[in-house]
This record gives sequence, C-alpha cells and structure tokens, in this order.
Amino acid sequence: MTGPLLEFRNVVKRFGGVTALDDFSMTLDQSEILGLIGPNGSGKTTSFNVLTGIYGPTGGQVFFEGQEITGADPRAVYEAGIVRTFQRSRLCLPLSIYDNIMIGDTSRLVRGLWSNLISRRGLQEQLDMTRRQARDLVATFSGHLADRMDQPVGTLPMIERRRIEICRALISGPRLLLLDEPSAGMTHDETHQLMDDILDVRARGEGLSIIIVEHEMGVIERITDRCIVLSYGRKIAEGTYAEVAADSEVQNAYLGAD
Amino acid sequence: MTDISLPQSQLSRPWISAAAVIVAAGLYSWALLMAEETWQVLSLLVLAVVATGVAIKTGFVRRVERDWAASETRLNRLAFAVLIGLILVLSGSHFALLMISTVLLYFVASLGLNIQFGFTGLVNFAGAAFFGAGAYTAAVLGNVAEIPPLLILLAGGIVAMAISLPLLIPIVRTTGHYAAVVTIAFGVLFRTFLEVNEILGGPQGLMVNSMKLFGWDFFNAPSLGNLEISFYVNYALLAAGLAALVFVLFRRLERSWIGLHMDAVRLDETAAACFGISVKRTKILAFLLGNVILGVSGALYGMMISFIAPASFTFSDSLLLVSIVLLGGLGSPWGGAIAAAIVVLLPEKLQLLQEYRFLLFSILVMLVLLFRPEGILPRHLRNFFPNRRTDA
Repeated sequence: MTGPLLEFRNVVKRFGGVTALDDFSMTLDQSEILGLIGPNGSGKTTSFNVLTGIYGPTGGQVFFEGQEITGADPRAVYEAGIVRTFQRSRLCLPLSIYDNIMIGDTSRLVRGLWSNLISRRGLQEQLDMTRRQARDLVATFSGHLADRMDQPVGTLPMIERRRIEICRALISGPRLLLLDEPSAGMTHDETHQLMDDILDVRARGEGLSIIIVEHEMGVIERITDRCIVLSYGRKIAEGTYAEVAADSEVQNAYLGAD
Repeated sequence: MTDISLPQSQLSRPWISAAAVIVAAGLYSWALLMAEETWQVLSLLVLAVVATGVAIKTGFVRRVERDWAASETRLNRLAFAVLIGLILVLSGSHFALLMISTVLLYFVASLGLNIQFGFTGLVNFAGAAFFGAGAYTAAVLGNVAEIPPLLILLAGGIVAMAISLPLLIPIVRTTGHYAAVVTIAFGVLFRTFLEVNEILGGPQGLMVNSMKLFGWDFFNAPSLGNLEISFYVNYALLAAGLAALVFVLFRRLERSWIGLHMDAVRLDETAAACFGISVKRTKILAFLLGNVILGVSGALYGMMISFIAPASFTFSDSLLLVSIVLLGGLGSPWGGAIAAAIVVLLPEKLQLLQEYRFLLFSILVMLVLLFRPEGILPRHLRNFFPNRRTDA
C-alpha cells in the first residue's frame, strides 16, 4: 500500500475565540510510532478528539488509509480501526476488568437482539473466546490481574487502570492506537515497563501504528520514530527526537523566549 | 459447559443456606398475607427488619449471595416453585391472591423500568402511563372476541411502545436527566388525555374483559372437589409465569453484549462511542423494550382488576414504580421483587397507613438512600458465566 496511514490536512479547530488547532498538517506512516509533544494547551489532546470524532473540526480534512474521515462520528472512526486511551482514565469503574475490556471489542461481537437474547450459541462462543483473549492481553500488561478478571476496575490503583484501558484499546486488533499521556502518575520504572509491554504487543501483530502524547521525554526518545511539536495549536517542529530537541523554537516554546 | 467443581473442604451443598432463605421467605409471605390484626402485621414487620439487620451485620447476606451465584439455576427454580406453592396454599383467599398478583405485575413493570433506569441510566417518570396504556389496550381490544387474549397482552406492550415513540426525540438528543423532565410532562399529558377522551370512558374509565386462555375464562374459579378456590388463582399463576419469563429475559439481557453496552452508555457515553457502541441505538432499544414490558404487565393488570380509570395511572403511580427500582437497587431484579412486595403490601396490610402511603414511601426511599444507597439488594457484578467458578 502506498501513501500514509493517516493524514491531517490543514486542520483547524476553534472553540469560540480560542484556536486550539491552527492549520495543522501531518502524516503518519504504516507501523510508525509518532510522538506528539508540546506544552500544556498546545492542542495535542484536541487533535485526538478531532481525529476520533468527539469534536468536528472547524476546517481542514482528515484522511485514514486514503479515505476521508473528516467529522466522522466516533463509531465510524473506531470501525476504521482507530482506538484511544484518555488523559484522565475513562473506564466503567463498577464493571469488572473483563467487562471493561470487552467494551473495546464491539466490532467483533454479535449485535442483534435475537442473537443476544434468544439464540445464544454464538454469544457463548464469543464469551469463551474473548475470555481467553482478554486474559492473555491482561497477562501481558499486568500478570497478577489475569486471575482476577472479575474484579471491579474501581478497586484497582490508577496505574492498573491505565493498563486495563490500554488492553481495552488493543482487544479489537486496531490499526492505529492513540495514547494520551499513558505514563501520567507512573514512576519511571513503571513507565518503562508499560512501554515495553506495548511494544511487545505491537511486535506480535502486524504493524500497529501509534501516536503518543507524552510529557515524559525519556519515553518519547526511546520509542518514537518521529516527533511533532505543537505550540498554541501550531506545528513548530518535526523530526526525530534528537532533531526537535535541538530546535531553538521548541526550546523557546517550552522554556519561554529570551 | 465446563463445570469446575468446588474443593471438597467446602460444604457439599453450598446452596443450602440460600435455599433455606427462599423457603423462609415463602413462609414469611404466607404469614404476612394471612395476618389480619394490626399487631400481627407490625410484629411481622419488626421481625423482618431485625432479621435483615442481623443477616447483613453477620455477613449472612453476603454468604447467601455468593452461594446463590454459584448455583443460580437451581435456586431460581426453587424460588419459582415456592411462589407457585404459596399461590396454591392461598388459593382460597381472594385478597391474598390479588396481592400476590399485584406484587408480581409491579415486579414485572419494575424490570422494564430497570432496563431503562438501572442499566441504561434513562430515568422514566411516565412508567404508570405506559403501564396504563397496556391496561387501556386490554380494555379496548378485549371487546373484540376474535383476538386471542395472549395476543392482547402483547398488543398492550406494543401500544405502550408506540405511544412512547415521540419521547425518543429528547432521549436521543439530550444527555443527563433532561429527558426525565419530558417524561414527567408526558405522564401528566397521558392522564389528561384519558380524562377528556369520551371513547376511552373519560374520568369514569372502562370495564376490562377478563383473560381467556385456551377457552378457559379467568373469571371462573377452578373447582377441585369441595375446595373453595378463588378465580384470582388464574391470574396469580399467569402473573407468576409472566414474571418468570421476563425475569429470564432480563437476566439474559444483562448477560449479553447489549446489556454490557447499556452499562457502558450509562457510565460514560463518550468512551462508549469511541469503542463503536451506538449510544443512540442502545438508548432507543432500552427505552422501547422497557415500555413493552410495562405495557404487557399493565394489560394483564387491567384484565385482573377488570375496571380501570385514569386515576389509577397518575404521576404518583409513576413515582411508585421508580421508588421500587430505587429501593430494590438499580439493576437488581431480586431487589426489585422485594421492593415491589414492600410497596404493594405495606399500605394494604396496614390500613391505618393507607392515607399516608406516599409519605411512607418517601421516607422509606430516603432511609434506604441514606443508609444503603445502592438499594436493599445491590446489583452484583455482571456474571457472564453463571454456574462456573473460575477463581476463588
């Protein structure tokens, strides 16, 4: 396949008088890991929200695998193979680990009222199959939780919740994973471990692409192929981590000019 | 189905405690229904409150719940058998059977409401209107001899669903509790419509023909030798059957992907949509399905009490249905059954409270929300794999 997996073409997003994304263009290749960095309020999460259909863009276009998905609703974006985690973890706290992960697997599950309530053989098979798959996924990220799949997510510490959220995003076998500050609240070692696990899962499948928003520069440096730096909704630099870190405009954005 | 057996060290019949509770509940219901003096009723109530308190404090409730989860099918069947037994034992008493049937039909209605409110988070303050729509459908269609009465029950559900269609607009377009306010208006409108509609009997209401099943008119009392049997036995048995059927469907819904999606929509619409769940479709399904159930239970209720009027389906009655759901615990069917029994039986058995019944329920709901905010019998984690224990 030729062409990029994902392309933002001159995307603008305004909230009233505030321009959160200003003429933002970028591309992402198959199997690439892209870091999206920038100070707080620079438009990183907004770009995720525009991409996943939570916000409609004010202007510009978004393409995924050559198809235009500008302003598509969140379901269509998910069906296309784009999944995400949230900056503030958004799991269903009263539900079990297994339930939460299965919420991420909608595309594969039977939908009809008949097959859900009356003739349930297909449902049973899916339950047995997904139980194993969800368990394997959890075992990768958090071994000790694999035997506690029936535990409510609300009883888990924040770190575990983030891991479960990543499992929820990965269970459907997506094409593109959007990680919104996965390391927030984690120690250095925990972050390191989490990134290893993500790369491990990625290595098993075929070419999962990742966009990661992150403040922990060690993470960005280690796992990304390329970085884009945003400031006030505008792209101010692009390149490998070493390149953007050396860029004077980037240094100004983070540290302030003069 | 792999059935992972329990370690030998545990009780060989772990369900025995739950079975004992079911039988005790049956006996208690019998005693309460037979009690006539106020002091008898009051002492039975005190007994129930004390026993429940002790059972909660000593952890007995938790143990019963655990055992119940481990051998659910068996215990559900036992509960149904005890219910049928109770109906047969009380087959001579009009009043007791009417009470049992009413509790059962309110329980069925509360299951419908629970799909909307407990699972999907849609608060419906027009429950009595959809219940009433079913009853009025039974009244109108009951006069047409050609329609099989079982079909009339279904028609009650369909009419209730049909009149709820306009409410889908606010339900789909708004989030949070805005739609709930619209349902209040709808309930009030429904009652006013009935009162001014001459064809539907106006404020005086309508007669409803009795249920007929395979040529058997439910108005007839079955005869068995010299035994005196109330014709309400017919309705009690049919209501029990309906309750069992809807209970099974409710459980299946909960343990299906649709049930999971309803929970996801209630807890976080945005996250649900980001994982391909259609928030709209889920809400529409929950609302319509709930109203069908309300309509079906209302249709049978209408046939049973044989005379209906707008005054039986007011906003207060809708609140009563909502309070059953709240008292029992959101999404908890067994909690709903207990709450329906409390809400129906308490004012009937304690006549001195009759006038203050809404005051009583308000206090009851507040007490439960204060001291047991998740309801009398809080809903459990979804058990996708009943009768199977995977981990300790």
